[in-house]
Amino acid sequence: MIDQFVIPLLKIVVVLNATLVGVTYMVLLERKVIAWAQSRLGPMRVGPYGVLQPVADAIKLMIKEDITPVRADKWVFTVAPIISMVPALIVYAVIPFGPTIHLFGRPVSLFIADVNVGLLYIVSVASVGVYGIILAGYASNSKYPLLASLRASAQLISYEVAVTLTLVSVILMAGTLSMVGIVNAQYNSRLWFAFVQPVAFVIFFIGGLAETNRAPFDLPEAEQELTGGFHTEYSGMRFALFFLAEYANMIVVSSVATTLFFGGWLRPFPNIAFLHFLDIVPSWAWFLIKSFVFLYIFVWVRATLPRYRYDQLMRLGWKMLIPLAIANLVVTGIIKVLLS
Amino acid sequence: MYAIAFYTLAAFILGFAVLVVSTKDTVHSVLFLVLDFLFVAALYVLMGAPFLGVIQVLVYAGGIVVLYLFVVMLVNLKRPPEAHQDPHRRTKLGFGLAAAVLLELGVIAGYGMTRPGPALVVPGVVGPMAGNTEQVGWLLYTSYLIPFEIASMLLLVAMIGAIVLAKREL
Repeated sequence: MIDQFVIPLLKIVVVLNATLVGVTYMVLLERKVIAWAQSRLGPMRVGPYGVLQPVADAIKLMIKEDITPVRADKWVFTVAPIISMVPALIVYAVIPFGPTIHLFGRPVSLFIADVNVGLLYIVSVASVGVYGIILAGYASNSKYPLLASLRASAQLISYEVAVTLTLVSVILMAGTLSMVGIVNAQYNSRLWFAFVQPVAFVIFFIGGLAETNRAPFDLPEAEQELTGGFHTEYSGMRFALFFLAEYANMIVVSSVATTLFFGGWLRPFPNIAFLHFLDIVPSWAWFLIKSFVFLYIFVWVRATLPRYRYDQLMRLGWKMLIPLAIANLVVTGIIKVLLS
Repeated sequence: MYAIAFYTLAAFILGFAVLVVSTKDTVHSVLFLVLDFLFVAALYVLMGAPFLGVIQVLVYAGGIVVLYLFVVMLVNLKRPPEAHQDPHRRTKLGFGLAAAVLLELGVIAGYGMTRPGPALVVPGVVGPMAGNTEQVGWLLYTSYLIPFEIASMLLLVAMIGAIVLAKREL
C-alpha cells in the first residue's frame, strides 16, 4: 500500500513543487546574470539582493486582470496555456534524479517511473507541447500572434527532427530506451556519452535552444518584428503559464542533456575508487549541479549571442544539423558493428 | 478492472470520433482528433504495448496532426459550410459510399465472428529478447521484413513526389 501509492504520490508532489519553485527562481537567475553581463545590478529592491523578486512577480501576475479578447476563440484561448504547461511538467515522470536509495529502512527510487520506453516518452510528450503555441496564436484572432505561432511551430518541428536523430545515436550506444538504463550504460562503459558522442551532444544542445525558443533562436518572440510573440494577447496568470512553460522546458532540456550525455546522477569518474571521497555529495545533488550548469549556459548564451534571421535559422536546421545528425548516426552504427 | 478501463477508453475514443466529424469549427474538430489519438495511445498502453502507444503519440498526435492544423489555420475556413455549398453536390453518392463502407465493416465483423482467428494478444515472448521495444523490432526485421521495406519505399516515393510537386524547376 505505502510502496504503491503513498511514496509515488509524495515523489510527484516533491518533484512538481521543486520544478515550480525552480522555474520561478530561474527567472531571477536569468535577470541577475544578464544584468551582470551588461554591468547592471538587476533586481535589488525586494528582499536582500532581490531574492524575493519571484514571489513579488507571482503575486503581481495572480492579482492582475485576466482579459479574453472579444473576437478570440474562447475555449481554445483558455485551453492553450494549459496545453503548453502540462507536457513540460509530466516529462519529469521518467527523469531519474538518482538511483534507488534506502530511506528510513525502506528502498526508495529517486525517479517516479522507470518505463522501458522512457526516452521516447519524453520525445512524444514534448511533441504534443507544440499545440499550446499553435493554438495560442490561432485563438487570439490577431495577426502578430498568428505569425509568431507559425514561426514557432515550424521551428519546433524542424529542430525536433535533428534532436530525435541525435537521441537515436545515444540509444545505439546504450542499447536501451530507459533513462535509468542509459545512466547505467554510462557507468558500465566508464565514459560519459558526451565524450563518446560529442557531435550528438552539440547538435542536441543547439536543438534544445531552438526547441525552447531561447536566444539566439527566439524568433517567435522577436519584439521588433512581432511585438510580443504568440502570447501578445494574453495577460495575468495565463501569460504566466506560457512563461513558466518556457522555463520548465529549459529545465527539462538541461535534465535530459545531463542524463543522456553527462552521466545523470553519477559522480565524475564513477569507476575510479581513488576518487571515492566525492561520494560525500549525494547522487541527486550531482544531478542538480550538472543541470544547473546547463541552465547557466542557457542564460549565458542569451546574454552573449545576437538573434538569428529566420532563413538562417531554417538553413542551419535543415542543411547543417540534420545531415550532420544522420552522418553521426551512420558512423555510430558502423563503429558499433565493427567493435562488437 | 481491465474491462472497465477498456470500455471507458473505447467510449471516449468513439465519442471524440463523432465530435471530429460533427463539429462546425474545423480547428476544433482537429483538436478532437488529437484527443482521439491520445486515447488510442492510452488503449495501446493498457493492452501492454507501451512502445506502440508512445509511437502513436509521437507520429500521429505530435507530428501529422500538427501539419493538419497548419493547413486548416492558413486556409480561411471562417465561413460556415453552408455558405460555400456546391449546388451540384452529390448527396446520393455520399450515402452510397458510406453504405458500402458500412457493409464492408459488417462483412469483416461477421467473418471474424464465425471463424475465430489467432488469439489477439500475442502470448509470451517473441524472438530472443524480452521487452516490448525489442520484440517489435524483432518482428519487424524477421517475419514482417518485406511489408516493412515496402512501407518505407512508399514513404520515400511520397517524399520525392512532394518535392517534385512543390519545386517547379529542379
